Amino acid sequence: MGKIQLTAVRKSFGEVDVIPGIDLTIENGEFVVFVGPSGCGKSTLLRLIAGLEDTTSGVIDIDGKDATNLPPARRGLAMVFQSYALYPHMTVRKNIAFPLKMAGMDQAEQDKRVERAAKVLNLTSYLDRRPGQLSGGQRQRVAIGRAIVREPSAFLFDEPLSNLDAALRVGMRQEISELHQSLKTTMIYVTHDQVEAMTMADKIVVLNAGRIEQVGAPLELYNFPCNLFVAGFIGSPKMNLIEGAEAAKHKAHTIGIRPEHITVGDGPWEGVVGLSEHLGSDSFLKVSVEGIGTLTVRAPGEVHARHGDRVRLAPAGKIHRFDATGLAI
Amino acid sequence: MSTHSSRLAARLMVAPSVALLLIWMIVPLAMTLYYSFRFYRLLSPDRTGWVGFNNYLWFMNAPDFWLALFNTLTLVGGVLIITVILGTLIALLIDQPVKGQGLLRILIIAPFFVMPPVAASIWENLFMHPQNGLFSAVSRGFGAQPILFLEDYPMLSVIGIVSWEWLPFATLILLTALQSLSSEQLEAAEMDGASAFSRFRYIILPHMTRAITVVILIQTIFLLGIFGEIYTTTQGGPGSASTTLPYMIFKQAIVAKDIGRAAAGGIIAVILANIVAYFLMRGLGRNLDS
Repeated sequence: MGKIQLTAVRKSFGEVDVIPGIDLTIENGEFVVFVGPSGCGKSTLLRLIAGLEDTTSGVIDIDGKDATNLPPARRGLAMVFQSYALYPHMTVRKNIAFPLKMAGMDQAEQDKRVERAAKVLNLTSYLDRRPGQLSGGQRQRVAIGRAIVREPSAFLFDEPLSNLDAALRVGMRQEISELHQSLKTTMIYVTHDQVEAMTMADKIVVLNAGRIEQVGAPLELYNFPCNLFVAGFIGSPKMNLIEGAEAAKHKAHTIGIRPEHITVGDGPWEGVVGLSEHLGSDSFLKVSVEGIGTLTVRAPGEVHARHGDRVRLAPAGKIHRFDATGLAI
Repeated sequence: MSTHSSRLAARLMVAPSVALLLIWMIVPLAMTLYYSFRFYRLLSPDRTGWVGFNNYLWFMNAPDFWLALFNTLTLVGGVLIITVILGTLIALLIDQPVKGQGLLRILIIAPFFVMPPVAASIWENLFMHPQNGLFSAVSRGFGAQPILFLEDYPMLSVIGIVSWEWLPFATLILLTALQSLSSEQLEAAEMDGASAFSRFRYIILPHMTRAITVVILIQTIFLLGIFGEIYTTTQGGPGSASTTLPYMIFKQAIVAKDIGRAAAGGIIAVILANIVAYFLMRGLGRNLDS
């Protein structure tokens, strides 16, 4: 069980409305990612669900029961913090057992559950160490271990991978995804990294200035962004947004073309290469096209274009159209 | 910066201050040690000579010696217990966000800026005085006899006064320790179902052990030498009830004008301080390693 429903949830700090009002339903077993630029209120929203912040108004239902005013411990949720928040003076074993001890579980059952969690997370040989003696990835796993032993109805992750290096992040991303596959528990995951959002989520919630811009499956957001913000936020490198005469040809105020949907070679647009980055698998070009502006182009493989070269470009893929208010047409 | 010549230069440059500190410490200690084996009374300065361990034997056989030793340890222990426990509680209290927090903290730290004889005088005359004191007024208000603090409970009174002076120090150190605890740890504990008491017992208190150790070590050093408060209030009395080792040495040196025996007492106090320091470091020293 782990269905979470937010109804008109509002949060303000003094005069500032951080979250002006959100309605959202998270189904049981879903992996939901809150994504948005920093300061968009995604962490605050997570803390509201956790109960670490009080809502200003609105209702939070967990498993059909009103949990708006329940203390965090009684909501049946477990949280993994950005800093891991391990207890430095306790061994890994005691860290993981802490929520069980607080629940007054007997020692034998505690040991059994800790051993089981440690096995799942490959922590068995580290159980008697302290957090200070572990690497970043291991600490992360301890934090997750402390969350899973309670068998919560939902997991909350607050940017859990942002303190890890790039290689470890990819590994932990897969581990968390696998954990979700095996536990089938609801997970809510906050990140500003759209790669994490795209790869892990069943459902992405794009937030901006405390509002939900769009909710949908990763590819839905990629293929059908409902407004300019989502169009610009999802996808890397960012979608090219073109206004003016070129947009008017498509009967829109703004048109958007993803860098991977532009081909180099022949085409209607001619421009000068400003910057070319060669990653081996892809080449990123920044091309200044007269009358349109600078376009980012992602070409597969090696493209032999250098700074100052003239190239011709053609759109080859979906052209997203937006009206003057920024909504998709 | 760790070539052979740079290490040599570093040693040469700290050498003068190390030498100065060493002389500063060693000269008074050596002189005390020297006098402790000499016959040296200011009232008969002509009679001098070596007396072996007689000064020490006299001091340790003095009727007040064991009482003074006990009183010294009671004073240190009592003040430590009161300041650490109350200091922790007050630190927890003023760590909460309230209006006028800055002013509140200054008020709480204020007693530390009052010099010991003044603090003792304030307590003696404004609080504990049998006629004019606040406590006697309260007692009379309830129709009871005023308590004669300095006569009936001299040691407890001195412990109370000294605790009042040192409470701000303990509170301040413990407060900074409290503020360095990451709020995410407390939130994690809250999510883990820990009650307010469990959070204190399992998260806050272990986090503060190092600060508590520092408070105990520093305060012990200063409390072993407490003198001004006793001199101002009880004068070691009634009888010898509140005589501590430093006060006994003072009486021997200044009242009896017997430098030799006072010096022997001083050396005994140094040895006592080192014994206390040894056991403290053995018991608490590991808390200081991170």
